[in-house]
Amino acid sequence: MADTPIFEVAETDANRVYERPRLLLDTTMHYCPGCSHGTVHKLVAEVIDELGAEDKAIGITPVGCAAFLYNYIDIDWIQASHGRAPSVATAAKRLCPDKLVFTYQGDGDLAAIGTAEAIHAANRGDNIAIIFINNAIYGMTGGQMAPTTLLGMKTATTPMGRDAALNGYPFKVADMLTLLDGVTYVTRQSVNTAANVRKAKKAIRKAFENSLHNRGFSFVEIVATCNSGWKMSPVAANQWMEEHMHATYPLGDLKDLTTTEH
Amino acid sequence: MEDIKLMKGNEVLAHAAIRCGADAYFGYPITPQSEVLETLSELRPWETTGMVVLQSESELASINMVYGGASVGKRVMTSTSSPGLSLMCEGLSYLAGAELPCVVIDVSRGGPGLGTIQASQADYFQVVKGGGHGDYRMPVLAPNSVQEMNDFVELAFDLAFKYLNPVMILADGVIGQMMEKVKLSPQKPRRTEEQIRQECPWAAIGKGSRKQRNIITSCYIDPETMENHNHKLQEKYDRMERDEVRVEEMETADAEYILVAYGASSRICAKVVEDARRDGLKVGLIRPITLFPFPTAAIRQAAQHAKGFLSVELSMGQMIEDVQLAVGNASIPVRHFGRTGGIIHSPREVYDALKQFMTQTQGR
Repeated sequence: MADTPIFEVAETDANRVYERPRLLLDTTMHYCPGCSHGTVHKLVAEVIDELGAEDKAIGITPVGCAAFLYNYIDIDWIQASHGRAPSVATAAKRLCPDKLVFTYQGDGDLAAIGTAEAIHAANRGDNIAIIFINNAIYGMTGGQMAPTTLLGMKTATTPMGRDAALNGYPFKVADMLTLLDGVTYVTRQSVNTAANVRKAKKAIRKAFENSLHNRGFSFVEIVATCNSGWKMSPVAANQWMEEHMHATYPLGDLKDLTTTEH
Repeated sequence: MEDIKLMKGNEVLAHAAIRCGADAYFGYPITPQSEVLETLSELRPWETTGMVVLQSESELASINMVYGGASVGKRVMTSTSSPGLSLMCEGLSYLAGAELPCVVIDVSRGGPGLGTIQASQADYFQVVKGGGHGDYRMPVLAPNSVQEMNDFVELAFDLAFKYLNPVMILADGVIGQMMEKVKLSPQKPRRTEEQIRQECPWAAIGKGSRKQRNIITSCYIDPETMENHNHKLQEKYDRMERDEVRVEEMETADAEYILVAYGASSRICAKVVEDARRDGLKVGLIRPITLFPFPTAAIRQAAQHAKGFLSVELSMGQMIEDVQLAVGNASIPVRHFGRTGGIIHSPREVYDALKQFMTQTQGR
């Protein structure tokens, strides 16, 4: 109908309910459509902005799909060698104790080649936060088995499915870290629904606050999809994650000794 | 007042680090250099200068802590011995690729493998020629006294920040473990964050009031960008070769036979030159103080009147390749003499080897 009025409202600070996070740069991301990284990047950018920590944030990027995270968020970045981001973060934080220092690592980087560095940074109680993206596969190198790959899951290096007798079991890094006295906060989240995105954001915020205020070591695992690596559509990948990944890696806080007193 | 002490080379490294205003030391115990971390732990500089001292879980962690500290513009250092250096080589490649300044000390021991804890100079190839992957070079300082263990720490930091490059100090178990008189440097203050922001505008220390973000990386996926980066690095290495050669010569002006030796071997060879001169033999010594850049010009100059060169190393012969390249004349014989396994050649052994070499090459 030609005379239907067009609903027009000017965007103002008062009526705006959502916008691109200020620190998320206006750059095309290299991630596959459907990948969880984009959502988690957005949360990281939002949290840093909300904490007012843009000027004192130092992020450490891994080797793997998130290596180029430094192209997307407008803070200082250090690109680490494969698996060593926690060591890099340890030094940066100890030398700059008033800064927010965090790493962002995938399961190949953190749970395979960099296991020792992650465990020892945690055990020392270094005041850093680790965002651990667990999508149970090597994305960047083309879909090989990760330590977190589920039993029976087919990958480029487990074409018949992961066999415990040959490859061992899905590595539950977060559960293991809870045993260490140096660790303040361990949580496992996911970004498959709007509600879970909000929960993940709260977790990242707590971890970043812990680093900023020197409250010990924090670990936020994000159970994520890699629809390309899994050879699924984004929707099917989300469903498969809910059915299988969340069963092996149940969501929720695993340890929280965060106090606001020290 | 002069601060003169009797100390082990390794202990002096710790004192020198604190006194030149280093911000951090990260290290993992390994013989024969564990005294560096032990001395630092005893001196507790975190209570005085604020220097961070941390024992890591491995040399992999140490070198990547160094990478993290260097990335935020700090003066950071680590030390290790041969097998530990092998583990650090990945990190050295990243440090060089990302153009990060730091000081790495190898108090070398015998190898290959677990080898021996005794002194050796068999890490020459690994330290001087790279060790890690990719096209990169590092200035390498080779102290031959406890005093130089003191002096070279600050010099290494200065070179590291001048060129934005890791700088190595290649010592050996002898220099690390022996005690000598040393004049310690005066205490310098550590730089403030404001000074670091001014002197290291590239440092990823948090944006602060800076508009642009800083990114520390050695990753250049685009082929042309990567090649340009390689050319930029090479230009830097060329400048090092032009400006940073350090060499000590002894009795070379009229020498017919030249000993070439660094570190502990050069101390032994100095004695050989004294003995030979007393016997009327025209023998001199060229001691490379920098192994990269190598004192090619000094050796080529000496080759104009020399009948032969003897490269004396605590190895099966590694530096000899650089001596041969420097001599650049196939008609002038270049030989190697050295002991390994932690056995230190005596001046007598070297002198005998030299005389045998002279006999074989007389009348050429």
